[in-house]
Amino acid sequence: MVEILNIFIMLMLVITALAMVSSRHLFVTVMLSGIFSLLIAASFLLLDAADVALTEAAVGAGISTVLFLGALALMDVEETTRGVRRIRMVSLIVVAVTTIFIVHATFYMPAFGDINAPIHQHVAPWYIQHVPIHMDIPNIVTGILGSYRGYDTLGEVFVVFTAGIGVLSILGDPIKNRQHRPAHNRGLRHYLIPRLVGRMLIPFIILFGLYVQFHGEYSPGGGFQAGALVAAAIILYALLEGEDKALQVIPMRVLYIMMASGALLYGGVGVAALLMGGNFLDYSVLASTPVAGQQWGILLIEMGVGLTVTGVLITIFHAFAARSNL
Amino acid sequence: MLWVELYHYWVFAILLMIGLFGVIAKRNLVKKLVGLSLFQSAVFLFYITMGKVDGGTAPIVGMTDSTDVFSNPLPQVLILTAIVVGISTTALGLSIVVRIKEAYGSIEEDVIHEKDRAE
Repeated sequence: MVEILNIFIMLMLVITALAMVSSRHLFVTVMLSGIFSLLIAASFLLLDAADVALTEAAVGAGISTVLFLGALALMDVEETTRGVRRIRMVSLIVVAVTTIFIVHATFYMPAFGDINAPIHQHVAPWYIQHVPIHMDIPNIVTGILGSYRGYDTLGEVFVVFTAGIGVLSILGDPIKNRQHRPAHNRGLRHYLIPRLVGRMLIPFIILFGLYVQFHGEYSPGGGFQAGALVAAAIILYALLEGEDKALQVIPMRVLYIMMASGALLYGGVGVAALLMGGNFLDYSVLASTPVAGQQWGILLIEMGVGLTVTGVLITIFHAFAARSNL
Repeated sequence: MLWVELYHYWVFAILLMIGLFGVIAKRNLVKKLVGLSLFQSAVFLFYITMGKVDGGTAPIVGMTDSTDVFSNPLPQVLILTAIVVGISTTALGLSIVVRIKEAYGSIEEDVIHEKDRAE
């Protein structure tokens, strides 16, 4: 039964992807990419990756679609395709040949789900065995993300932070950009049904985001997912009530502080561990027992991740929105 | 049956190549970005597929009473962070496209090249 569902979703993925690339209308492409994200999230769930599915559903289907739509508001949505026939033929050949090579290579891959595959023999069993001992938390993914691969995650947080700064430097300060635009109120204020439904949903989305943040050690979740969810709720609010209202609720100043303080909190936990006699990002020394120290460390860095991701995603949204009617 | 064991990888290959086709063949910059994120999603799918273990569950201790066989958590960790980084970099790319549109009045590559040549 699961197998049939799997095949069905895979088939839908390919069809959606083909439609995305072949559609001439960019609006259609972007909406299809939202559907694609939901489908691939479902397939992640079937492949036992609950944390990843949650992230993809929040980021891919929610925020990414809004960002693309925000960018599309600034440009033509029709794609003109003149004189591309030759390029298309060449790229078709390249793509076909590469596909043949990759499919050929898959015959040397271990079978799907094979527990004896090399990937399951290396560090993964050690992680699965030691997360309950070292940290005593049920969610192994969170344990690895926060502690064993803490350096990696720190790097990712800084990449997200840098991307936020990059978007701000390219598109300009949202507040300054907004001063140039006409003062009429935007948003979906005059559409009663979206507004009422959205109003009812937003508190629950934020509540779920907080649950995902603070329950991430026990169930699927963590700072990345929570950040995306809370950001999605605020963006929904901005879409419904207009950006002015959203900027009153969370001003740009607060967003900047959130972006920076999250990354700072993460790095600070690392430095604190260093000062207390451990290695950088070695949380064992943070509390009286190593296990409690690990739990404190993971809780704190997840909070840092959540803050930075929320701040950056909302900032990026405002940067695009403020540009839209310059 | 061979194809049941391998079809996940084939879907990965097809999605990857659809994305690559979008990047090479399309002249619209937004379309190129969409192709790029399609390419990225295909890689995510590949990683998660490799981590799956037959009869396994999500790697959370104590969710089921049975003797726990977990799918590999490591690819999941890598991809989880990669998704969020992916949206941030896509946003960066989109913001550059927005500036290109403002400077050239178009997001079609050939029009942009023509304008460059005319100057």
